[in-house]
Amino acid sequence: MRVALFVTCLVDLFRPSVGFASVRLLERLGAEVVVPPEQTCCGQPAYNNGDFETARAIARQVIAAFDGFDHVVVPSGSCAGMLVRHYPELFRDEPETLARAQALAARTRELSAFLAESGGEPAIDGTFSGKVAMHDSCSARRELGIVDAPRALLGRLAGVESVELKEAETCCGFGGTFCVKYPDISARMVTDKAEAVIASGADVLVSGDLGCLMNIAGRLSRMDSRVRVYHLAELLAGMTSGPAIGEAEKP
Amino acid sequence: MKPTSAAFSDNARRALHDATLQQALAKAGVGFVEKRRAALSDLPEFAALREAGREIKDHTLANLDHYLLRFEQQVQASGGEVHWVDTPAEACAAVLDICTRAGAKRVAKGKSMVGEEIAINDALEAAGLDVVETDLGEYIIQIAHEPPSHIIAPAVHKTRQQIADLFENLHHQPDLTRPLETVPQIVDEARQILRDTFLSADVGITGANFLIAETGSTVIVTNEGNGDLSATLPRVHIVLASIEKVVPTLEDASVLLRLLARSATGQEITSYTTFFTGPRRGEDVDGPEQFHVILVDNGRSRMLGGAYHEMLRCIRCGACLNHCPVYSAVGGHAYGWVYPGPMGAVLTPLMVGLDEGRPLPNASTLCGRCEEVCPMSIPLPQLLREHRRQEFERKLAPPRSRWALAVWAFSAQRPRLYRWASRLGSLLLNKSSRGRGRFRSLPFAEGWTAARDLPAPQGDTFMAQWQRRKPHD
Ligand code: SF4
Repeated sequence: MRVALFVTCLVDLFRPSVGFASVRLLERLGAEVVVPPEQTCCGQPAYNNGDFETARAIARQVIAAFDGFDHVVVPSGSCAGMLVRHYPELFRDEPETLARAQALAARTRELSAFLAESGGEPAIDGTFSGKVAMHDSCSARRELGIVDAPRALLGRLAGVESVELKEAETCCGFGGTFCVKYPDISARMVTDKAEAVIASGADVLVSGDLGCLMNIAGRLSRMDSRVRVYHLAELLAGMTSGPAIGEAEKP
Repeated sequence: MKPTSAAFSDNARRALHDATLQQALAKAGVGFVEKRRAALSDLPEFAALREAGREIKDHTLANLDHYLLRFEQQVQASGGEVHWVDTPAEACAAVLDICTRAGAKRVAKGKSMVGEEIAINDALEAAGLDVVETDLGEYIIQIAHEPPSHIIAPAVHKTRQQIADLFENLHHQPDLTRPLETVPQIVDEARQILRDTFLSADVGITGANFLIAETGSTVIVTNEGNGDLSATLPRVHIVLASIEKVVPTLEDASVLLRLLARSATGQEITSYTTFFTGPRRGEDVDGPEQFHVILVDNGRSRMLGGAYHEMLRCIRCGACLNHCPVYSAVGGHAYGWVYPGPMGAVLTPLMVGLDEGRPLPNASTLCGRCEEVCPMSIPLPQLLREHRRQEFERKLAPPRSRWALAVWAFSAQRPRLYRWASRLGSLLLNKSSRGRGRFRSLPFAEGWTAARDLPAPQGDTFMAQWQRRKPHD
């Protein structure tokens, strides 16, 4: 089974350990993991800012780079949602590319959904002791309908006590460029979310999306909270010995 | 109403710092969401109902001319009149003309969002007519001289205390010893005042939730029964309705009414659902002498068949507002015109122009909660993106953000350049974070760092590290 990893631009730039955690989980499943070098970003910044032409150009590039693999796996609900839901939308009026976009969409999965679907639970054999809260990104929850998969996977980790966040369906306020276009509103939304995380009593917050995580972690640390924040893949792969998101490097 | 949507950012900032407003919003928001949730859990067939509702609207919109003409015929057959108008100015002129011919002095007005859209109150008052809002929420904002902040709960931004104070100041009869502490007491107080209006008004104006083609009836739902009184007691009844409100049959309306009540207030059915068909007939005990329907287009026929076509399915339930995290944070007035929240962010640029309404489609994380709860399955995020596309094509965004996007777009289409640039960026940022793992402030990222830290990159990019791990890849 050849699996292509779509790293995502945020993981590439800010937190490569999420990429390596994803690779480890996929390899434990017995997959041969390939990272196509022609990938940059899924094109959402262009798409969500109305530059559909650039979004199409980037989508074509992704469609070409990820051609011919059995599966394409993405450690982000947001970028997976872009490939699965929005690429076909972008090529509505270009039948040839549309067919290729649809083929890519059919082969593409968000990481936790892929692990759960392909019987990946046994690949998770780590332990972690503490209370863990899972934040669902809006795209994972609503564009892809992923709610149970990450929780089932977390349940495989001995010692994890899962807690749920209040108002779990509410957006954390990241929203890509929204957080810099409307910083005040975004700040208010992430404050509500961070307060829900603290109120849940969780020791650790995880999510399948680094955008949400950087946003919430940044707010939590500004609020002097001690909740630690990791990407779900890092916890599942047992890669939590390094600093959590936003934490200082250990001396 | 002069729009202030272009100043959305400032409006929003003010709203976020208004403690009383925040108190009112916090209280209202949770209530609406909980009630809808409870109503839906009692109705397993909601999904099927939603599908049926959508089909009814799609079918009607595809045959809109047919059903509107049929509606007009039926109104005429029952002794009423239909006035077709294109713009807000034409709509106001038509209403004024009817009032003048009837020699009207006083108008009792029920809640109507189309009325807000065409600013009918201003027009009537300018012509010297005395207008009194008869919906409690509308009455409150009328005496506070404010526009509505929600499409079904116009005074939702006001706290109980603010309302009590308003009443005390305005009604201030010397003998006002009636206590104004609880909600029922406040409602009673308004009722005392409003009852006189119903009896002395010459013209009653109401909105319409639906128009029924097969019978020529107009339908309104209220929870106070005031709509009935504004329509039946005065001599002349004028209905303000936009063209997409028409449905073919009574049966169709009943499907949409069930969706509307549950989505709006979490009720199974709204307290009063009233059907008006023509003026009083010989044998009727009450009812107006004249019955007029003003059919307002105001940009809607341009939406037919275009990119925003699906927005015409909207039944104005307000669910998308109640579930919107941006609306919940800033309230309706920040949106700067008649329609707030996600539906308003789609409609406002269409009705007042994209130059004015430009911030609204951008003020969304596209989180999709609105589409999820919309009883008419309107793809609101996609319609917001469509506005952004227009904005991009017309180069309306500030140059700084257009330029940043262009630089990014250039490199994202050149993987080698992109890898080089992202490496440089992540290494530099990592170095300047000096092992602290985050930035408390960063030039060019003040928006982010004002309220939160920015996690620093771990070091080299994934792509670079991967190359080193697998040299042959
Ligand atoms: S867009 Fe949908 S949810 Fe919003 S008011 Fe209209 S029908 Fe209701």
